[in-house]
Amino acid sequence: MVSKVLTANRLADGISVWLDASGNWGESLQDAFVARHAEAVAALEATGKTAFADNKVVDVNVVDVEEVDGILRPLRMRERIRAEGPSIPYAAGYHGLSGPKNFAA
Amino acid sequence: MYRYDEFDHAFVSARVEQFRDQVQRRLSGELAEDAFKPLRLMNGVYLQLHAYMLRVAIPYGTLSSRQMRMLAHIARKYDRGYGHFTTRQNIQYNWPRLSDTPDILKDLASVEMHALQTSGNCIRNVTADHFAGAAADEVADPRPYAEILRQWSSVHPEFSFLPRKFKIAVTGAERDRAAIQVHDIGLHLKKDENGKLGFAVYVGGGQGRTPMIAKKIRDFLPEEDLLSYTTAIMRVYNLHGRRDNKYKARIKILVHETGAEELARQVEVEFASLKDTELKLPDADIQAIASYFAPPALPNRAEGWENLARWKKADEAFAQWVHQNVQPHKHPDYGMVTISLKPIGGIPGDATDSQMEVVADIAAEYAFDEIRVSHEQNLILPHVALADLEPVYRALVAAGLATANAGLITDIIACPGLDYCALANARSIPVAQEISSRFGSAERQAEIGELKIKISGCINACGHHHVGHIGLLGVEKKGAELYQITLGGSGDENTSIGEIIGRGFEPEKVTDAVETIVDTYLGLRRDKSETFLEAYRRVGPQPFKDALYGGGAQEAA
Repeated sequence: MVSKVLTANRLADGISVWLDASGNWGESLQDAFVARHAEAVAALEATGKTAFADNKVVDVNVVDVEEVDGILRPLRMRERIRAEGPSIPYAAGYHGLSGPKNFAA
Repeated sequence: MYRYDEFDHAFVSARVEQFRDQVQRRLSGELAEDAFKPLRLMNGVYLQLHAYMLRVAIPYGTLSSRQMRMLAHIARKYDRGYGHFTTRQNIQYNWPRLSDTPDILKDLASVEMHALQTSGNCIRNVTADHFAGAAADEVADPRPYAEILRQWSSVHPEFSFLPRKFKIAVTGAERDRAAIQVHDIGLHLKKDENGKLGFAVYVGGGQGRTPMIAKKIRDFLPEEDLLSYTTAIMRVYNLHGRRDNKYKARIKILVHETGAEELARQVEVEFASLKDTELKLPDADIQAIASYFAPPALPNRAEGWENLARWKKADEAFAQWVHQNVQPHKHPDYGMVTISLKPIGGIPGDATDSQMEVVADIAAEYAFDEIRVSHEQNLILPHVALADLEPVYRALVAAGLATANAGLITDIIACPGLDYCALANARSIPVAQEISSRFGSAERQAEIGELKIKISGCINACGHHHVGHIGLLGVEKKGAELYQITLGGSGDENTSIGEIIGRGFEPEKVTDAVETIVDTYLGLRRDKSETFLEAYRRVGPQPFKDALYGGGAQEAA
């Protein structure tokens, strides 16, 4: 089956986050916990519901990813852009997709 | 420009504090998301792909230098150093923290701005001709009426929960620069045979998934009846507009399903009962609001003519900028300057904090403190003496704001698209950037002439693709981006909806397709004076289909 990760936006600042193996919400998809079977996916969904109910995150979704050479890559472009940031250099110091993100959280 | 009175100040401040309390309760967990979401939307706070987004209202696109400086301050302090000017004459910030939004709104309130009614099923920011009060071809300034509508519609208890959002645009000239025929209500300010001011009233225009051109239901509505007649339209819509299906809830669907004639009849019935009520605008009230919009005292500056001729002769780039970005003003010694937010290869509508401050400084020094935002995502200095154009130009050049492309092929409207927007299916900005770069040479743009490209990243059409001479609509097909092309759209006084030309193009092929269309136009136009739109209307889609797809036209994607 397709691998899945749990993603959301952090309540206080709206920044995109992914659930890691320690149960923390981090800003990097690459640190996300990957569910590879149905039980793990169900656990992700349950964790997402709890985190939403606890007012930690909003817009919680389980999304499909693939692993290529150890790098996680969402299947949908929408999720790739969420994970990597706008695909364009949009302000001084930001270099677009795959470029450094040097902004304070 | 309009200045808040005590009531306005108290009202906006109270709303800021109310929202501060709501945000605090949300962050503490006292308010759940389902309860909070409609509250944040009422204050312009959306959640997008990467972060929250704050949409700030710029009523009828008019700003003072002080207000522009505040927009720059907000970009710098609370965001990532830039903002995005939109097709509804607003500004959006892409990265504000929810926890900061009450402070942002407080800062906005300090310069008489807010984010109310920039979301939700209410009457949104009333837009107007960006050259209002300055254009040589204007009958009267439409902004006093836009302001009257703004005051009337702000937290209007009857019209705060409409079937769907509602957009009103006003123009005061025969040349429609406010795209009034693709708004829920479009008002064309004009004079009757006795010189009395009033409006031609258009209803039921819109873009989105079902583009419709508005129907004129009144040829002349006296100005004093503006609110009673608008209320009558809103009541008919509020009563009969569909609430069962979000996609059929706009007034354009009601007009289409009811028929313009019958709808006009229903409005007239309602209007008859409202006409002589407290909604009738007293002339003194109209004059009081109009006085806020009195044009600045413009001293004669006849020396500008000679200076301008000399400067143009000395500097070809300056001459080109004047030719393209300066329009005739009511006063012959003045011009209206378009500050392009479309640098070649840049992001349409984006401005950095420092660029906003430069514009504010220029407006304060040379332009009577007035700035406008156009629905074409540019900024306007409506009153600049010809004698001051050269220093204005130099200051704009230094800030990267002097691209001489107003109305040309690189003056592209583009929505934020999938780079930011949670609704988008495809990206808009990189497509705009690539087209802009491809056609970036000044000579090539001049050769092509007026050509408006408009790009939307989804069917909601924030990028106005339906009324682009060339429109691009990004869709998602089999997990990838694909761009449908429409031709022949226009958002002016001769509004038309573009026709889909054939199957869509992959991202790496769409710029080539646009180039094929442009080359086809150049090959078939009668002469240089025949614009792309005129040529398209003359020859129709077939030559373009043939050029894009070969002999047999393809089915639409």
